[in-house]
Amino acid sequence: MRKSLLSRIPTALLLLAVALLLSSCGWSMWDSPMTTVRPKSGFGRITHEIFMLMSWWTLGIGIAVEAGLLWVCFRYRERPGAPIPKQVHGHTLLEVSWTIVFALILLIFLIPTIPAIFKTQEAPAATALRVDVGGRQWWWEFKYPDLKVVTANELHLPAGQTVAFNLHAPDVIHSFWTPQLGGKRDVVPGRVNRITLAPDEPGEYPGQCAEYCGMSHANMRFRVIVHTKADFEQWVAAQQRPPVQPTDPLAQTGQDLFSRSACVGCHTIAGISGGVLGPNLTHFGSRKTLGANLMANTPENLAKWIENPGHMKPGVLMPDLGMRGEQPKALAAYLLSLK
Amino acid sequence: MVTHAAYMPGTKVSAGSVLWSWITTVDHKRIGQLYGVSAFFFFLVGGIEALIMRLQLAQPDGTLVGAQRFNELFTMHGTTMVFLAIMPMSAAFFNYMIPLLIGARDVAFPRLNALSYWVFFSGALLLHLSFLVGAVPDGGWFGYANLTSAQFSPTQSIDFWMLGLQVLGISSLMAGFNFIVTIINMRAPGMTLMRMPLFVWMSFVVQFLVVLAFPVITVALILLMFDRFFGTLFYAPAGGADPLLWQHLFWIFGHPEVYILILPAMGIVSEVLPTFSRKPLFGAPVVIYSGIMIGLLGFGVWSHHMFSVGMGPVADSAFSIATMLIAVPTGVKILNWIGTLWGGRIQFSSALYFSLGFIAMFTLGGLSGVMHASPPVDLQQTDSYFIVAHFHYVLFGGSIFGLFSGVYYWWPKMFGKLLDERQGKVHFWLMMIGFNVTFFPMHFLGLIGMPRRIYTYAPDLGWGFWNMVSTLGGFVIALSFLVFIWNVIATTRSGAPAPADPWDGRTLEWTIPSPPPVYNFATEPVVHARDDFWVEKHGDGHGTPPRKASPAAQVDTASIHMPPPSYWPILLAGALFVMFSGALVSIYQVVGGGLLTFYCMIRFMLEYHHGKDMGPDVGPAAGGHH
Repeated sequence: MRKSLLSRIPTALLLLAVALLLSSCGWSMWDSPMTTVRPKSGFGRITHEIFMLMSWWTLGIGIAVEAGLLWVCFRYRERPGAPIPKQVHGHTLLEVSWTIVFALILLIFLIPTIPAIFKTQEAPAATALRVDVGGRQWWWEFKYPDLKVVTANELHLPAGQTVAFNLHAPDVIHSFWTPQLGGKRDVVPGRVNRITLAPDEPGEYPGQCAEYCGMSHANMRFRVIVHTKADFEQWVAAQQRPPVQPTDPLAQTGQDLFSRSACVGCHTIAGISGGVLGPNLTHFGSRKTLGANLMANTPENLAKWIENPGHMKPGVLMPDLGMRGEQPKALAAYLLSLK
Repeated sequence: MVTHAAYMPGTKVSAGSVLWSWITTVDHKRIGQLYGVSAFFFFLVGGIEALIMRLQLAQPDGTLVGAQRFNELFTMHGTTMVFLAIMPMSAAFFNYMIPLLIGARDVAFPRLNALSYWVFFSGALLLHLSFLVGAVPDGGWFGYANLTSAQFSPTQSIDFWMLGLQVLGISSLMAGFNFIVTIINMRAPGMTLMRMPLFVWMSFVVQFLVVLAFPVITVALILLMFDRFFGTLFYAPAGGADPLLWQHLFWIFGHPEVYILILPAMGIVSEVLPTFSRKPLFGAPVVIYSGIMIGLLGFGVWSHHMFSVGMGPVADSAFSIATMLIAVPTGVKILNWIGTLWGGRIQFSSALYFSLGFIAMFTLGGLSGVMHASPPVDLQQTDSYFIVAHFHYVLFGGSIFGLFSGVYYWWPKMFGKLLDERQGKVHFWLMMIGFNVTFFPMHFLGLIGMPRRIYTYAPDLGWGFWNMVSTLGGFVIALSFLVFIWNVIATTRSGAPAPADPWDGRTLEWTIPSPPPVYNFATEPVVHARDDFWVEKHGDGHGTPPRKASPAAQVDTASIHMPPPSYWPILLAGALFVMFSGALVSIYQVVGGGLLTFYCMIRFMLEYHHGKDMGPDVGPAAGGHH
């Protein structure tokens, strides 16, 4: 007798789901720029190994339970004329055994977990590069206290070097997360949290705030740019230099405008202003992106940003300073000259 | 004295008096229906909020809603689904079914029961008035300090959320105490604790979780209220406070809350599976003890919501071990349910479909839950879409599937009409497919780095495809509920009337007509076993033959004393609403509302204390429990 279509739905769905899950291992989506499953640091690998161990076990248990459930439903489906089944109330030995089996499986997860907890929270070596991260509504400040460099939203690191991050939040709670380089750590006002990472290889790794922090939480992005050791030293040297003096007349107008306007209250440009509420702009022209990794740092985008920051990023704390006409263009020209 | 005859169905009455009878009712069945209808309404509201979010996220750089609106949507979606949909839907079953399952005429405190509902109604109203004022809560359902401080959330949005939750908490606490007393004191003769139906057992555990967990959120909210209204610094880092205090308090409440949401569904599944397998629950004592264990351990795992806050390795390890432990009783339950089906004669009703869906989906949610019990793994998963996937498998795949199993199972008892089974199965398959298409891809999205609570994302991250899939799935879920609504409308108008025992049930509610009369049981039932009604019909399967049902005693049902309706519950709830909403308007309204509340409380207490009425009201009521 042919079985009805309806009775085939569950088996077909289960097989489809298993096929999708197994084939998913080869999908290119896992190479997404913010993937957690292609770790590029020791921290990331420790996490990933436990994740994979648990994934295989839970996948196996999940398939076994679902298949078992379907089989039981099929095997014991009601048939016409069948008598009332035996009234079984339980089976103590069976129930005790599967309780113990569950406990043992969890032990398999705990054995690598506990050492990993301690390993990933070890105090960093004295040779580690120190970086102070400031999470702010809605951008990131990166200070290198030993190198006397301050930048924002683009974090430059040398490959193969252990980096000790101290996390500060002057306003609300944020979370510092670069998925490819490892797990996240919350940035909590009133305390200094720590996380230690050592990126393996040069590359660009996007990161993002992972704790809801208000209106533009979604726009609190950053990127980590990992260099070879030599390239990193070159970048540091460039950042340590005082800002260049603009030569282009439009940029000179911009510089004049900057130093006369409210910009100086919030932004630092070495030798010109000392504001600390907004990002340090001393070498702003060397950055690839604008508005916490929101858009390319082009003259057009920057001029639009200056004219109406809230339009580009909802809730942004930078006010509309009334810059109109040629003014935003002049400021953009000046800021982009600060290589 | 008012007798139940005044609001028996069938008599022609004016719309006004029907309305009056509903707002003054103290009948646990009507209050159950009020809870059920309100919960389903808010389930639809929360669902529409979810669909708007899904549309916004269907593509990168979405422009349907802005940042502020999106933050309001996820805040209200979470708050609504937890406090205004799943909890009251469970409360609908507590109210309607617990007295029937334990053979009682009502709950212990019928007027308090009505008060719980109307206070719930006030809280829901207060929360949603924020839409009219244009200050919709936007701090997330978890409202983490110090983002909720007056400095960072200067509008009244957080005030609406904080006061609304406070009112809802009062309602839950009153209901919790009421059901604890009901279950302890009002069981029929012979119903020992171990003969009590599993749904009552799981509800019993839930009430203890409610009365122990809600005071914690109450205190946390009072501190927040002081911070916002009076300038105290409980959560302000600027004043030397640690904002993590809120997170600890919130999750000491919040994790037991998860079990408050799931245990009633587990209880329903534990009733439905035996009925449709024609077998007793496999290892019922173990299912009971594991429910109690889950409740107890649920108070010791709160910090697994906080592995990324920097608690240090020792605390991380302790909470990791405790969290993994909780997987043991949970896994045991799942195998016991499958053991119940094993060897049975399974009748595939819609109710059973939803229970099977519960087992299948809750298992997946449990397994992903074990994964983030490992703190290093959790550091990649917390606050990502992997977590969103996980808890929707638990709360939708678990709670909602389980609760809808209860809807299909008990609908005939509650409304006297059979739902259409075929449409029920269409509802099930659409919901099952829609649910998985919506939420399974969120595992992938989390693993490729998509954080929660973002209203927009860049196109170059590879998140677009699965977000689009997820959005399409959301609309399949919506379609499934249209089928359900149609089923309800069609069968209410022209469905077959339900017999007293449509499923060959096992428990006491099936011994009385559908829907039950106001007094439930004409004579007090006497219980000899778990699944007493089944044993009466079929014998215990171990040699004891079916019992001859004792001939129905001739009871003059008109003489059964039932508590009369009262308008003091709704007035007291209204006075509380005036007081709490006053905090958003003026101190005079708070004081006035407070005095009014006090007055209503006194009148509520003294309603039956006029000396001259004492005689007839406390007379020897047939079958009264005191």
